[in-house]
Amino acid sequence: MNTQTTSIDPAVIDTEHRSMWTDVWRQFRKHKGALVGVFVFAFIVIAVFVGPPIHGVDPNAIDFRARNLGPEWAHPLGTDNIGHDTLAQMLAGGQVSLAVGLSAALIALILGTLIGVLAGFVKSLDGPLMRLTDVFLSLPLLPLLLVSIMLFRDTLRAAFGPETGIFLLIVGLIGVTSWMHTARIVRGDVLSIKEREFVTAAYSIGTRRYRIVFRHILPNILSPIMVSATLGIANAIITESALSFLGLGFPPDFPTWGRLLYDGTNFIQITPSRVIWPGVFIALTVLSVNYIGDGLRDALDPRLRGR
Amino acid sequence: MIQYIIRRLLAAIPTLLVISFVIFAILDLAPSDPTGNLPMTVPSEVREKIRTSLGLDQPMHIRYYKWLVQFVVNEPLNILQHSFGVTVGDAENRTRILSWATRSPVIDLIVERTPQTLWVVGLSFLFGILIAIPIGIVQAYRQYSLFDQIGTFVAMLGFSVPTFFTGVVAIIVFSVQLKWFPMIYDTTLEITSWNNFVLQVKQMIMPVTVLAFYQASQLSRFMRAAILDNLNLDYVRTARSKGRSESAVLMIHVLRNSLIPIVTLIALGIPTIFGGAIITEQIFRVNGLGQLLIIAIEGADIPTVQTLTFLFAILIVLFNLIADVLYGMLDPRIRYD
Repeated sequence: MNTQTTSIDPAVIDTEHRSMWTDVWRQFRKHKGALVGVFVFAFIVIAVFVGPPIHGVDPNAIDFRARNLGPEWAHPLGTDNIGHDTLAQMLAGGQVSLAVGLSAALIALILGTLIGVLAGFVKSLDGPLMRLTDVFLSLPLLPLLLVSIMLFRDTLRAAFGPETGIFLLIVGLIGVTSWMHTARIVRGDVLSIKEREFVTAAYSIGTRRYRIVFRHILPNILSPIMVSATLGIANAIITESALSFLGLGFPPDFPTWGRLLYDGTNFIQITPSRVIWPGVFIALTVLSVNYIGDGLRDALDPRLRGR
Repeated sequence: MIQYIIRRLLAAIPTLLVISFVIFAILDLAPSDPTGNLPMTVPSEVREKIRTSLGLDQPMHIRYYKWLVQFVVNEPLNILQHSFGVTVGDAENRTRILSWATRSPVIDLIVERTPQTLWVVGLSFLFGILIAIPIGIVQAYRQYSLFDQIGTFVAMLGFSVPTFFTGVVAIIVFSVQLKWFPMIYDTTLEITSWNNFVLQVKQMIMPVTVLAFYQASQLSRFMRAAILDNLNLDYVRTARSKGRSESAVLMIHVLRNSLIPIVTLIALGIPTIFGGAIITEQIFRVNGLGQLLIIAIEGADIPTVQTLTFLFAILIVLFNLIADVLYGMLDPRIRYD
């Protein structure tokens, strides 16, 4: 049986099936920064979600005898002014920060793609939807985010409980205010793709409109969507930590990296490490995500791929 | 061109109206009560009087109209009167937007705080531009060189690390450890002598450097890309083949063409001087516009928040228009007629 496989001549191996994604992966591997970014991001995600049971310290446990400690065996990153273990808080905060970043980016991605496809595909909606995008781009976003959080914080807390309420509020607000660039890019690509011959061919054999969108247009605009989704994660993490840094994000008993940084700034003379660690992790996450986005952009660009 | 500008200005009016209404409505529909922070002992009829004195007893569309008239008509007329001495209409009975927290006109608070913001944030924006342009030029001219790779990495770093981290690290290193610069920006400092001038420079170094680094890292990426786009074009080959020196080709032919998108980017970035200052001012305790907004938000001072936010929105719309007009003026291939 095996004799057949050994007798295949090299020319046949060369024409083995190469899908677009193997090509993309080949190109992506060449981008060293992006590859390092994938490893760093994977490390952070695994550490944050697998770390807590291994470390085994409750992030909200208070120990007044162990205040403002430096790094030691029981507390690898030291403790804060009321004896919270910094490592445990960092891991718990990382879960929230990453969850906020990923879900807000997802909301922005869905909204942006939906609005972009509708504007590009349905002619009568193009004008109104793009005006809406312009209005959103002209809004001073950070002030509005701050104001909305201040105003709606208590209502949502009362409705969904203190933790879920503030999470939904912040994720929703960041998502609703960061879809505009995706929408513009998607609309532009849809406009150019829907005039191509293969779309006309699909129409001519009687394909329905929604099937044209899902089968023919969306797969062709996947690369800009993926790139802007990656960059959206970085943007959402930065926005969330900026809000927390201004004191209008997550409450102190439900910390994120931004909140930990904010709480640490009052103690920079005593325990500077309380500022350094959250900051380093925000920076590393955003940097790795940005590098992944950079690599994806190169890998998904067919003009660069295969060179 | 003038026709285009007028058309754009007219088109900006509905956009701004929508934005002003959105800002007003978000703040107005929110479940918050300006008398909510008062002690429980204040009787309800007094609360009602306070609400009436703040104008809250009127329906929303009337309050929106009043606020808009105050913002668009009354305040500009006041500024006209104070700066040029021109009095139009009845100056005595003109109502102004009053802050709920201080009971003084919001515009006066804004005018009071604008210089600090402009000095710190504006200066860093300027430095950022001055750093980014030469770095971007060298990076593009020596593409893939060591300088280019280091520059790209540093730009990525500056772009990814949020200013509230670089700022705090700068405070730890230069204020807490080395004690070179003060931690808190002192706005009461008046420059009356050489010593005070040195102090002023010292306290400005950290905030300006942190913000300039952030701005420069963003701009240098665009500058590099813009030069790279132009370097291989035919007109560059023509300039070289007619014997112009390499420096003339780069600094005159390529640079002038590459600056077109950069100038528009700079114009688009100017409104973020005001809005983006919120975080920097909070780190270094500069009492500029950003801090005013934070204080107003925390104190539920709705008129101040509405006015500041709408002012930011006007700046964004205005500079979008300026960017488009500049683009048309600098690039003769673009005609708006």
